[in-house]
Amino acid sequence: MKQKSKLRMRRTRFIFFMVLPAVVIPMIFTYYPMIKGSMMAFQSYNLMNVKNIKWIGLENFQKLFAHSASNSFYTTMLNTVKWVGLSLLFQFGVGFGIALLLKKKFRGASVYQALIFFPWAVSGFIIGIMWRWMFNGTSGVINDILMKIHLISQPVGWLADKGTALYSCIAANIWYGIPYFTIMITAALRGVSEDLYEAADVDGASPLQKFTNITVPCIRSVLLLTVLLRVIWIFNFPDLIYSMTQGGPAGSSNIVTSYMMQLVQSLDYGLASAVGVLCILFLVTFVIVYMSITKYAQEEA
Amino acid sequence: MTTKSRRKLVAVIKFVLLGSFLVLVMFPFVWMLLTSLKSSQGEIYAFPVKYLPNPVSFVNYVEMLWKGSFARYMLNSLICSSVAACCSVFIAILASYVISRFRFRFKGALLLFFLITQMIPMFIMLAPLYQMLAKAKMLNNLWGLAFLYTNMMIPFSVVTLCGFFDNVPKSLEEAAWIDGCGYLSALFRVAVPVIKPGIAASIIFAFINSWNELFMAVMFIDVDKYKTIPVGLNGLILKYDIKWGEMAAGTIMSLIPTMCLFAFAQKYMIEGLTAGAVKG
Repeated sequence: MKQKSKLRMRRTRFIFFMVLPAVVIPMIFTYYPMIKGSMMAFQSYNLMNVKNIKWIGLENFQKLFAHSASNSFYTTMLNTVKWVGLSLLFQFGVGFGIALLLKKKFRGASVYQALIFFPWAVSGFIIGIMWRWMFNGTSGVINDILMKIHLISQPVGWLADKGTALYSCIAANIWYGIPYFTIMITAALRGVSEDLYEAADVDGASPLQKFTNITVPCIRSVLLLTVLLRVIWIFNFPDLIYSMTQGGPAGSSNIVTSYMMQLVQSLDYGLASAVGVLCILFLVTFVIVYMSITKYAQEEA
Repeated sequence: MTTKSRRKLVAVIKFVLLGSFLVLVMFPFVWMLLTSLKSSQGEIYAFPVKYLPNPVSFVNYVEMLWKGSFARYMLNSLICSSVAACCSVFIAILASYVISRFRFRFKGALLLFFLITQMIPMFIMLAPLYQMLAKAKMLNNLWGLAFLYTNMMIPFSVVTLCGFFDNVPKSLEEAAWIDGCGYLSALFRVAVPVIKPGIAASIIFAFINSWNELFMAVMFIDVDKYKTIPVGLNGLILKYDIKWGEMAAGTIMSLIPTMCLFAFAQKYMIEGLTAGAVKG
């Protein structure tokens, strides 16, 4: 008996010390700053004015939602919706299409997959630099190609124009995100049992019927999870906008997180943190609503 | 139309679609490479665009490496990312092994603890982290940055490695325990060798992510001596007058390590990433 409890002690101690570093480090360097940062949202915390740091309640939030001509937060929120919605829609659509083409393995398929997956390993910042150069208004290659196929008659300043800056960034983001969907969905498609399709063939099902009645239901949970993860990821992803336009011209291509980054850089931590708190609230709400609509959680359990 | 010729047509369409998609994916990289190899401003900024560099010249690379401090930036990035990758994966091996092998209270809470860190916008942590680093006199310090990257990569590495450990039959270590092997030596002598590919993939993944990180580096490093590649390029792109030839050369150089590691490990990385998708 004593022997047994000694063993138990040893086991508990082992578990404790093995997990310890992986818990303590994020506690101090992720959770603590996160909580402290959230608290700053209720303070006037401006490093340009350090003597005046004090609690101010909801004043930062009021400043964000104030109705005035100089307030760009409403545009920023609308931009975020466009940024996430359009990016996701096209990444998912094209990614799914390519995945269907890749489903049946062919010679060189794995090399092909590796090649198209490569952008995923490159930072959004670098991708943004590349697209900024391609979208260049005076000597950009995109203008050149579009003029050669007669879609436009003269060079367009894609990133310098308020009307096109955000959409140019979205186009680049779509390009950047397709590989992830392709890889995930291809893997899921290849996991669907071939027997199901054979049985459907015997019953004389059309390709469309096979798609809606076998393919989609079989990979549904993968699709739902991928979309959920991607929404969070795209929402939290200002890197590309940061290097393409810095949110400009005149804030017209800012999304919420790139706006927040600018506030941090202008040292207005209080206001920046208020934006951050709103982001967290939004994401938590989104995840809960998404899960309850799709019943994802129950299905997994 | 006969079935045979129809099948042929489908194959051709598929080939064309996949081919044009590949071109679309590769084009930005190729274009950056072409730009970096052009020597004169007239060639780089010509419109209508001149596609091929004539003559091929490495002057932009020479400018970046010898006149600028790009070699220094690369070395800094290399040190920082390697340290972060090794440390985070080592810490993650310990934790994920226990999570995958033992049943204990708070296990679900622990996984949630790691998942939440992946959802938080990191910008909310920048200001407090800045103050913490300032207090510890760790601003403009590569080790400080490497430590923050370690912290950044721990949760993801834990979750990935859990998946790899789950695939190793427990009987292997149980046999080792019976033979009088301690828990720790069973882990490193028996389990770790079996999941070597998973560990390699995790290290490479952590390396690439640290190599790519921009915002923390920009916030916490402003001395040229300690800048990493993204910080260096950030300095160049914020200028009013961007020199695109040099910018392109810098971009291509920053891609080389990513490319090598990716070529080496993509199979395992895709496996690790899609493991959940296949299980469905």
